[in-house]
Amino acid sequence: MGMTMTQKILAAHAGLPEVHAGQLIEADLDLVLGNDITSPVAIKEMQKFSRDSVFDRHKIALVPDHFVPNKDIKSAENCKCVREFACRHEITNYFEVGEMGIEHALLPEKGLTVAGDVIIGADSHTCTYGALGAFSTGVGSTDMAAGMATGKAWFKVPSAIKFNIVGKKAPFISGKDVILHIIGMIGVDGALYQSMEFTGPGIAELTMDDRFTIANMAIEAGGKNGIFPVDELAELYMKEHSNRPYVIYEADADAEYTAEYTIDLGAIKPTVAFPHLPENTHTFDEIKEPIKIDQVVIGSCTNGRLDDLRIAAEFLQGKHVAKGIRVIIIPATQAIYMQAMEEGLLKTFIQAGAIVSTPTCGPCLGGYMGVLAQGERCVSTTNRNFVGRMGHVDSEIYLASPAVAAASALTGYLTDPATV
Amino acid sequence: MKEAKGKVIKYGDNVDTDVIIPARYLNTTDHAELASHCMEDIDPEFKNKVHTGDIMVANKNFGCGSSREHAPIAIKASGISCVIAETFARIFYRNSINIGLPIIECAEAAKEIRDGDEVEINFDTGLIKDVTTGKSYQGEAFPAFMQKIIDAEGLINYINQK
Repeated sequence: MGMTMTQKILAAHAGLPEVHAGQLIEADLDLVLGNDITSPVAIKEMQKFSRDSVFDRHKIALVPDHFVPNKDIKSAENCKCVREFACRHEITNYFEVGEMGIEHALLPEKGLTVAGDVIIGADSHTCTYGALGAFSTGVGSTDMAAGMATGKAWFKVPSAIKFNIVGKKAPFISGKDVILHIIGMIGVDGALYQSMEFTGPGIAELTMDDRFTIANMAIEAGGKNGIFPVDELAELYMKEHSNRPYVIYEADADAEYTAEYTIDLGAIKPTVAFPHLPENTHTFDEIKEPIKIDQVVIGSCTNGRLDDLRIAAEFLQGKHVAKGIRVIIIPATQAIYMQAMEEGLLKTFIQAGAIVSTPTCGPCLGGYMGVLAQGERCVSTTNRNFVGRMGHVDSEIYLASPAVAAASALTGYLTDPATV
Repeated sequence: MKEAKGKVIKYGDNVDTDVIIPARYLNTTDHAELASHCMEDIDPEFKNKVHTGDIMVANKNFGCGSSREHAPIAIKASGISCVIAETFARIFYRNSINIGLPIIECAEAAKEIRDGDEVEINFDTGLIKDVTTGKSYQGEAFPAFMQKIIDAEGLINYINQK
């Protein structure tokens, strides 16, 4: 029986000729990641080990990005704990404020994640690197601690769902609409314990930033990982960003899938996930009542990349955000920030009445930089709209693409980008 | 721990880690402090009504969302002795095993056991007994490898023992 792309990568890292769905394996890790929320718990766990060492100081990435620059004293203490650990173990890939970015935008940009890798991260959106043809998955702090100490992790080999992507994107459609459409179709547990393997001729129509966004939200369908085939565009990206050798794996022709779906990019419309689950998706033809909003956030590991900022700028160029609407734009990394500055995007945003923050996860998880009050509504390019996610338990989050978010910023209502 | 016995606190589908422990409290790693905010966004009374040994029962996709290990830590530190659900989100599942919080998948038990019922669980057999209704359920047993981690009371101890 053939193997899926994910299974082939796992087999190679477990030193096995083949693996099958459900099998428990121990795999070698190419990278172990943690942030300022999860690393302190992992560092505490590491003290329980009989040895005080890391498996490879070059294969650990520590990225304080959630509550950084420190939002309060407790956050500052957590960051200090991570900084001291990085210093003690001479971790090469520790990213201090000034170098840091939102982890899942930063690591591919720094060339630390490439095709064929097995990567674990103590952050659920670690699945992002599947865009480059890596197996990457979110774990907790104890797995991170064990990974840092031993360079290995246990996995149950996942079965897979195949998404055959065809067609061409319609105007105003980006990766966010594609993944929200898929989550709306299969539900927040539709891919539970499974791989989401994307394939088909439509992949060529997706930019790298589209693919990062799609892979990033595999977890929002319960997926263990999301993974894309490695095409010329992905190779170009890796050659531009990384010196590391990469290995291209392809699914066998007779690989087994528990389900197969065909996704026609041309049929996807701007899609919005209403409160309080990412599966609660609607397209604008279904929205009958105007939805008044208070805030717009454009950023996060899902949508804080250059494509996203460029799309937002197209809408905001020469215009002004609606009166009373707070618009917060967060480039995901310093390099994206710099490029956005050089292209004049930041000026466009500021002239339009938006604010531009340094990289942080801040508002996405209700940390800081845009926490919502009771009854407030936010259109956000982030990834979760759970109860209380961005602040008060009675606030609401509408998850959408940068185009929808920017269009909504101009009108003060949840807005179809085709209408502005 | 080979057995658990306690009163059931019941929740529905898709209980996410943001409601188990909201991110506004993630600036601490202190177990007792995390427990003091456990479940507060969907059940502000939880911290007052939970007793040591109580059992949490929920429907599908329990623990979905963020990878924060603070979520199973908060539940365990609240005194919950076991979580029974129809299904668990995978990172929560791993995290629970890794920190030694017993969890059991059992669709029928998750559906039928009611809030406030007295429930007994035998972890060796996976047998769940609703003492209030007298009905028994067979939960999924762990694969041997995971049982070893649980018996060692967590992944780090297990690795140390190897």
